[in-house]
Amino acid sequence: MRSISAALSEFASQQQTAIMPFVTAGDPDLAFTEELLRRLDGLQPGLIEIGFPYSDPIADGPVIQASYTRALASQLRVDQIFESIGRVRPDLTQPLVAMVSYAIVLRYGSERFLEKARSAGFSGLIVPDFLWESEDPLRTLCLASGLDLIPLITPTTPPDRVSRIAQQASGFIYYVSVAGVTGERTGLPQDLQRNLAHLRRESPVPVCVGFGISQPGQVRELRSHCDGVIVGSAIVKRIAALSDGDASTRPNRKLVLDEIANFVADLIRAGNS
Amino acid sequence: MPQILPKSSPLAAGPDSQGRYGPFGGKYVPETLNHALEELDAAYAAAAQDPDFQSRLNVLLRDLVGRPSPLYFAERLTNLAGGAQIWLKREDLNHTGAHKINNTLGQALLTLRMGKTRVIAETGAGQHGVASATACARLGLPCVVYMGAEDVRRQQPNVRAMRFLGTEVRPVETGSRTLRDAVNEAMRDWMASVKDTHYILGSAVGPHPFPKIVRDFQAIIGRESIEQSKQRFGRLPDCVIACVGGGSNAAGMFYPFVQTTDVPLIGVEAGGRGPVSGDHAAPLTFGQPGILHGSLSYVLQDDDGQTCDVHSASAGLDYPGVGPEHSYWKDSGRVAYTQCTDDDALQAVLTLARNEGILCALESAHAVHEAMQQAKQRSKDDIILVCLSGRGDKDAAEVQRLLGMNT
Repeated sequence: MRSISAALSEFASQQQTAIMPFVTAGDPDLAFTEELLRRLDGLQPGLIEIGFPYSDPIADGPVIQASYTRALASQLRVDQIFESIGRVRPDLTQPLVAMVSYAIVLRYGSERFLEKARSAGFSGLIVPDFLWESEDPLRTLCLASGLDLIPLITPTTPPDRVSRIAQQASGFIYYVSVAGVTGERTGLPQDLQRNLAHLRRESPVPVCVGFGISQPGQVRELRSHCDGVIVGSAIVKRIAALSDGDASTRPNRKLVLDEIANFVADLIRAGNS
Repeated sequence: MPQILPKSSPLAAGPDSQGRYGPFGGKYVPETLNHALEELDAAYAAAAQDPDFQSRLNVLLRDLVGRPSPLYFAERLTNLAGGAQIWLKREDLNHTGAHKINNTLGQALLTLRMGKTRVIAETGAGQHGVASATACARLGLPCVVYMGAEDVRRQQPNVRAMRFLGTEVRPVETGSRTLRDAVNEAMRDWMASVKDTHYILGSAVGPHPFPKIVRDFQAIIGRESIEQSKQRFGRLPDCVIACVGGGSNAAGMFYPFVQTTDVPLIGVEAGGRGPVSGDHAAPLTFGQPGILHGSLSYVLQDDDGQTCDVHSASAGLDYPGVGPEHSYWKDSGRVAYTQCTDDDALQAVLTLARNEGILCALESAHAVHEAMQQAKQRSKDDIILVCLSGRGDKDAAEVQRLLGMNT
């Protein structure tokens, strides 16, 4: 399995912007997630992000909240996610990054969680409610287990803090494009390119940008300003079609897999200069 | 007999610079909110030292809220229980009918001090919503209150009052549609609006510095109680009781007692329908340490850290978490925590109404029930002080429905 930084530098060396599709584990069930991961991996997007459903996700907008609610409604457990990823991992080549609330990590036991994540085949973790200077030992434990703990930087992060976090980052920096929750937005913030330029000067590791990005046109706008683009809600809302309305009007799974694969392929093309 | 201690106890030293009360508390939030929390911490520290800020707050507390609130001898309730004297700290007599206004006026003044121009708040029973709406009306700030759709249903009078005061009430349809979901939605609003908006959190929960700020603004309850006890009894009470949801009235009542006295303190959680998970809202009794809404505290969650559904007839206690300082007081043994069922609380509402002519909130009735139990086991020379945190007009219809009473 390649490391996150190796994967991203390979893209950079080919003048390409990586795409990081986000999928919620277990929505609508783990069998679908596994099949989707195989399809996405076949497109060689760069990285794949897997969301661990959480009951109270305050950084997420309605689309991802709803997918977490659907996954948890079938009593999905953390151990089942690890088993599922462990099962599908041998078929995959792209580094996997877990998006998981610290509420889950802490209750599960940080060391145990990291050990399971590593053996399931994850390369890194995004823990959106864990602040970089927290005295909890998560960062040290990640270093020890060889997992990248991906820091988040947002438009509200003061400049001195940006430098401090960037100097210690491993894997990549997740730049949150807007102050707000996840979800599709039509335009990109006006100061985004300037903020990314500043961050890339500060950062020894690649910079990927997420929140609000859902269209190939936005990827084209961003591709010379970052190393990767994260797309979540635009994928998850297509998965929602498998659960919406009554069973007779729902699309079949293959149709949804095809639709998502085509969409992500479009994003990947947009990331190639 | 309880004593005034010579100096502040180490238990009252919290939080530390990381916002910790022992192992509890801290700050577990998205990066987007971190800067605003640091700004709030600094603004509050400066305000706490600023005599102008304090005097403006004190004038509002005196002339708008009506402080100090009285200490009231519940004579017939005492006779009924047949033991210790039961005294009530009448926070229900505050303007807007509960202790919540002590905090919202303080935080609304902080909002102005920080140059922010909009306020958001969450509410369960609606008391904090009404208190936020009132403070914002008085200080000329636009206000949006998030309230679970189930709570909108069961606390209609407060919804009407908020709208009357010019506040926008946004019902929250996600999750269990109660207080926990209202906090989630308020935090999501704040993620996008943090630059010009202050979030007036209503309970002693959430990320640092909220638990400290809310406790400090509510501590006037305990300070007045100590002063009034010395005047009325020439001594301290033998036991102090308050209900605990997130724990703001209890934190405000207990903190000055923890700081300077050895008076026994009892917090009463919502026992709901009983001890089965999902039937109660008593994290200090049945929960374990975990993270919810930005801090580490006792919480009702499953083995994976997913928050459990909770139940209480009282909307203000219907919350799976509790303030971190209560967790610290529990583990240190300084405060004893117990619980009271829905049925006992409903009966306590009726008992207090029919013996004292006081219609109290369902939340406060949890403390009243415990006070009667404690009184029975104590001599008539003992003094039990109860924080009567709110009045019950808002609950009248719900109590009637739950007790199957005819109109």
